[in-house]
Amino acid sequence: MFSIDNLSVSIDDKSILKNLSLEIAPGQVHAIMGPNGSGKSTLAQSIMGISSYEVTDGVVRFDGVTITNLPAHQRAQRGIFLSFQQPPAIPGLRVFTLLKEMRQTNAKESFDLTAFMQEVKGYLELLSMDHSFLERNCNDGFSGGERKRFELLQLLVARPKVLILDEIDSGLDIDALKLVAKVLQKVKADNPDLMTIIITHYNRILEHIVPDYVHVLVNGQIVQSSDAALVPQLEQTGYANLL
Amino acid sequence: MSDISKASKYTAVYTAPKGLNVQIVRDISEQKNEPAWMASFRLKALALFEAKKMPTWGADLSELDHEDVHYYVKPVETQSKTWETVPEEIKKTFEAIGIPQAERSMLAGVGAQFESEVIYKQLKKKWADQGVIFCDMSTALKEHPELFKKYFGTVIPSHDNKFAALNSAVWSGGSFVYVPKGVKIDMPLQAYFRINSQSMGQFERTLIIAEPGSYVHYVEGCSAPVYKKNSLHSAVVELIALPGSHIRYTTIQNWSGNVYNLVTKRAVAYEDAKVEWIDGNFGSKVTMKYPCIVLKGKRAQGQVISIAVASKGQHQDAGAKIIHLAPYTTSNIVSKSLSKDGGHTSYRGLLKIAKGAHHSKSKIQCDALMFDDISQTDTYPTIDVKEQRVDIGHEASVSKVSEEQLQYLQSRGITEQAARALIVNGFIDVFVKELPMEYAVEINRLIAHEMEGSIG
Repeated sequence: MFSIDNLSVSIDDKSILKNLSLEIAPGQVHAIMGPNGSGKSTLAQSIMGISSYEVTDGVVRFDGVTITNLPAHQRAQRGIFLSFQQPPAIPGLRVFTLLKEMRQTNAKESFDLTAFMQEVKGYLELLSMDHSFLERNCNDGFSGGERKRFELLQLLVARPKVLILDEIDSGLDIDALKLVAKVLQKVKADNPDLMTIIITHYNRILEHIVPDYVHVLVNGQIVQSSDAALVPQLEQTGYANLL
Repeated sequence: MSDISKASKYTAVYTAPKGLNVQIVRDISEQKNEPAWMASFRLKALALFEAKKMPTWGADLSELDHEDVHYYVKPVETQSKTWETVPEEIKKTFEAIGIPQAERSMLAGVGAQFESEVIYKQLKKKWADQGVIFCDMSTALKEHPELFKKYFGTVIPSHDNKFAALNSAVWSGGSFVYVPKGVKIDMPLQAYFRINSQSMGQFERTLIIAEPGSYVHYVEGCSAPVYKKNSLHSAVVELIALPGSHIRYTTIQNWSGNVYNLVTKRAVAYEDAKVEWIDGNFGSKVTMKYPCIVLKGKRAQGQVISIAVASKGQHQDAGAKIIHLAPYTTSNIVSKSLSKDGGHTSYRGLLKIAKGAHHSKSKIQCDALMFDDISQTDTYPTIDVKEQRVDIGHEASVSKVSEEQLQYLQSRGITEQAARALIVNGFIDVFVKELPMEYAVEINRLIAHEMEGSIG
């Protein structure tokens, strides 16, 4: 169980999220939709524990443990994964070095390099990526599509329990979207208890991954929650009448 | 870096009084039973040292007090120091970077028996059979006087600069290496094998002569911090790469934060010879070091790959000098610098292509990485080309480790320290790849250790 209880978050003393609550049961997919500037990315980053966001009130719980004050790396080690909307370039740091470090740091089992390389090779095939990708520097000179695929590659290596996808669909064509859906299906198949939060402001991705719940976030508050039937409705009416 | 400024007691059989004068220089020469020509060489150098002004360019040397330095300390024959008296901080650093116990003892100046002595004896026999000479400089002066005199001071004359003059006057310790024609030494010669000599002297002087077609890789220092009671380290290193030979010289030095490290290193590469300086600079208060290669013969090649790390209160003023004097010569400079907690790094480089050195090629790349806004980095490249038909490339970059990068890596389960280390290791990878395996491992550990002390 993953729950957010009355969460309020500020950046530089500016209040962004206001008393937001959300509860996700094992296996569920929740979509968070809303217009630009409504606080969607802030929610994602706050769940991850990114330090620039100040939690002024409320509690985040995961598996019965309060994680509100844990640093990001400890949340990640507990199984929370955030796919970044705009991942930064890290010149000099090779893709494979990061993947290896992630696994060595986070996995409970002892690390076997040969087996890990084999595993990563499988992921590259799934993502239709060349082996040479591993030798490139993280996000350095990557196209928009390559950045998204690198996030997916890390997701596969991370094998999370809670997955937050922050606009993984933005700027992707239909084939790339299908690829995202394919990866998510695999991750879910491997871990049926996976709890997923999909942040988006388009419904396109939700045609491929049907959410159990849809929440509309406006001005830092959830103004409407429903099942997937809300999605086409929002497509027609937009957010204007909710503002 | 850890504070390693507290000294343990040091026992010496002869210590010159502080400051420098003719009598002290005479005493040094006498203590060493040197021939008259060396005594006279030293005295001439002393006059040059006194006549020369302090450099006004480069790092700030205004706090360096020449009167407050012991210019000669003769170490005891059997050392009385014990492991227990080694400063705690140094021990901690050794542990953190995983230096083997035997090596730790030696580095801390503790006289101890250890296995490498046995290995060294075996190697020594193998080298001697090939005609290789590897000994300390004073021994070379006694046992190989002609060879010594033929090359000593020919690459870096005493009048080259104030600190070369100083070293010429008071030099003590350092390595002498002679590799006969066609001999390729298959493993690196390491200064720390010479456990009973002053391998880490204050004014050491190293001379390497590679006869035609020979190869040698010399390694000095290691990643452990070297504590120096005296605050001035001023070495001179001369390399002579005769036609078709190849000399690689690797330095990893990590000085305590009170040291002025002012070193002159220069190589001459003759026809088809190749010289490489691999130079890693950690610690010290001020380092001024610009390994130089004079490409004197056709098709000679030179390469300088360096890293410098500057922390709080430190200025690493380092770089490279390449002088192309002959046609078809090539050079490559890669300089990486890191500054954190208010540290200051400077790249100072000279590329000179003389008239007649046509079809020369040179590539220079200098990259600086900063960890915060209070650190500083700057570059002073000088390029002086007197020939038309040449090919020169120059690239420079300055980047900063951003909060965003650290947060991204932290969100992948990596601690902030480990994240910094990952970024740095990626940045200096090109340098680490050039090191012998055991040094590469040490450097990676050292970087991780350095990052622990860093403020975010």
